[in-house]
Amino acid sequence: MSSFAMAGQRTTGNRNRRRLSRVGLHIFLIVLAFIFAWPMLYAIYTSLRPYGEIALNPNGFFSTPATLNLNNYFNVWTAGPLPMFYWNTAVVTIPAVLLTLWISSMVAFTISRFSWRFNLLVLMIFTAGNLLPPQVIILPLYKLYNIIPVPAPLSDNGRLYDQFVGLILIHTTFQTGFCTFVLSNYMKTLSKELVEAAMIDGAGVMTIYRQVVMPLVTPALAALATLLFTWIYNDFFWALLLFKTGDKRPITAALNNLGSEFGSDPTQIAAMSVLAAIPTVVLYMILQRWFVRGLTLGSAKG
Amino acid sequence: MSELEPQALAPAPASAGAGASVSTKRPRHYSLLNRRDKTLLAIMVGVPLAIFVTLIWAMTLVSIVWSFTDWNGTDPMHFVGLDNYTQLFTTYPFFWPAVAHNVMWLLFFICIATPIGILLAVLLDRPLRGSWIYQSIFFTPVVLSLAVVGFIWELQYNAQDGFINSVLMAFNVVKPNSTIDFIGDPSLNIWAVLVAASWRHIGYIMVLYLAGLKSVDPSLREAAAIDGANERQTFIHVVFPVMAPINVVIVVVTVIESLRAFDIAYILNQGINGLELLSTLIVNTMLSEASLIGFGSAIAVVLLVVSLVPIVLYLTRVLRSEDI
Repeated sequence: MSSFAMAGQRTTGNRNRRRLSRVGLHIFLIVLAFIFAWPMLYAIYTSLRPYGEIALNPNGFFSTPATLNLNNYFNVWTAGPLPMFYWNTAVVTIPAVLLTLWISSMVAFTISRFSWRFNLLVLMIFTAGNLLPPQVIILPLYKLYNIIPVPAPLSDNGRLYDQFVGLILIHTTFQTGFCTFVLSNYMKTLSKELVEAAMIDGAGVMTIYRQVVMPLVTPALAALATLLFTWIYNDFFWALLLFKTGDKRPITAALNNLGSEFGSDPTQIAAMSVLAAIPTVVLYMILQRWFVRGLTLGSAKG
Repeated sequence: MSELEPQALAPAPASAGAGASVSTKRPRHYSLLNRRDKTLLAIMVGVPLAIFVTLIWAMTLVSIVWSFTDWNGTDPMHFVGLDNYTQLFTTYPFFWPAVAHNVMWLLFFICIATPIGILLAVLLDRPLRGSWIYQSIFFTPVVLSLAVVGFIWELQYNAQDGFINSVLMAFNVVKPNSTIDFIGDPSLNIWAVLVAASWRHIGYIMVLYLAGLKSVDPSLREAAAIDGANERQTFIHVVFPVMAPINVVIVVVTVIESLRAFDIAYILNQGINGLELLSTLIVNTMLSEASLIGFGSAIAVVLLVVSLVPIVLYLTRVLRSEDI
């Protein structure tokens, strides 16, 4: 850039102006970052304060603390069966993520590596379905979940409704739409010759899928796995409507009930929110790169 | 499944070289796939596709059919023509408010939240010390559940204990008995929810747009700089136009998110009293005592028809350019 400088005087002027605008930019970004972080920081701060102390303070929550402790976390943890809600989340989320990746990689492998005539149609069915608001199908799906018989080991009431398997099924189905689209785009960028060479060597379809294609798409799978975990963990809608038994609900849907239980005490609401947020925030902090890559794989075509 | 026949696989026209010029006739269909492989592939696509179509598209069709009936879930079903729609558009008091709120949601996202996300992406795209810290902070709300987002903002908004009211009381702006009820006031609560929803939406758009900006050929910017364009001119006249595909994605994401909006409104007050949305109306008719399935389906069909606009836009713009 410096090579375009015309005269010495103008260069210093530009440089000063640039430095000034850079400082201004940082000030703007710092203010904005603080505004963004504030609701989260405030939730953490509030969760550490005893409610009794705040109630006595004339300024209420706009005050400096005399004590900060983890009592609210102990109260929340012991008031509701929180470990069970986390367990419920794990029972739904982990199988749903694995199944989604397995199924969508198979579909994507088939439609992107081989020139099926109906490739486009399949992709359209999946992608359009994935974009549909879930509220459009909830009424019939609710009825369907009460009709379809499910044998005992998978379901304790013989149905899909109010069952982990039902929640896993709808998550897997919906997310397969998205992941198929992403993975088929990704697989198209791999070299066709590789598959052809393997076929000429006499490798079967399953061998090619498992030993040629899957190792090459591992980065995309890792990125999608972080994304899927977060989305399914964060689901509120399906868990709210496809579960009746409160004890089976995953953590985010259980929050709704806990919220009314602690409604009068914001410090406990705060502690509960922080507890529910920890898994995805920690995952994001550790796997930030994969997370962002997963999101962008979906939008920017490979 | 017989439709899923593999086309000629090995000699793709481009790589066929001399072979292609020899035969002008359509190449004979042959394949390195044996029968077992073909069956396997058909199952690998067919089974997931069948489940997907059953759970998503068949249910969509059922919603459409039910919207023309008076079904309540238990009694025999009668077709009532357009009765549900007439009732929805004329006498049902929550329909037009819900439509208005969905439109407000969309406009707020399109005019405010999405442009802020794009602005942040543009600002953070250039080499800047600490850029990743800013990015991390702006993005963190995106990984939070909307249910958690609802509770976090409840802590700010609450009429008695909320932070905003505590500050206003401390500075004597409001009196303890006349605090601002951000969630309870039906003329105010949609704005409160929009701020909370935007808090999450902005980071999402920022990351999507940043990825798009990173993929812009740097020589375009250099050329613009040589021609004497400043940064703003370069963005408006050079970068923005070549980002057309990502712009479509951003618009579609924004519209779809606005139509799907449900969680925050439902967490804060069950989507009533000023927070009606098409999505919450559907859920509330479903959970109501009367169980108005036919009527609820009519609302679902309205939501479906509106959603088809961004979906078709997305499919035509994104899938058409696929060289499948």
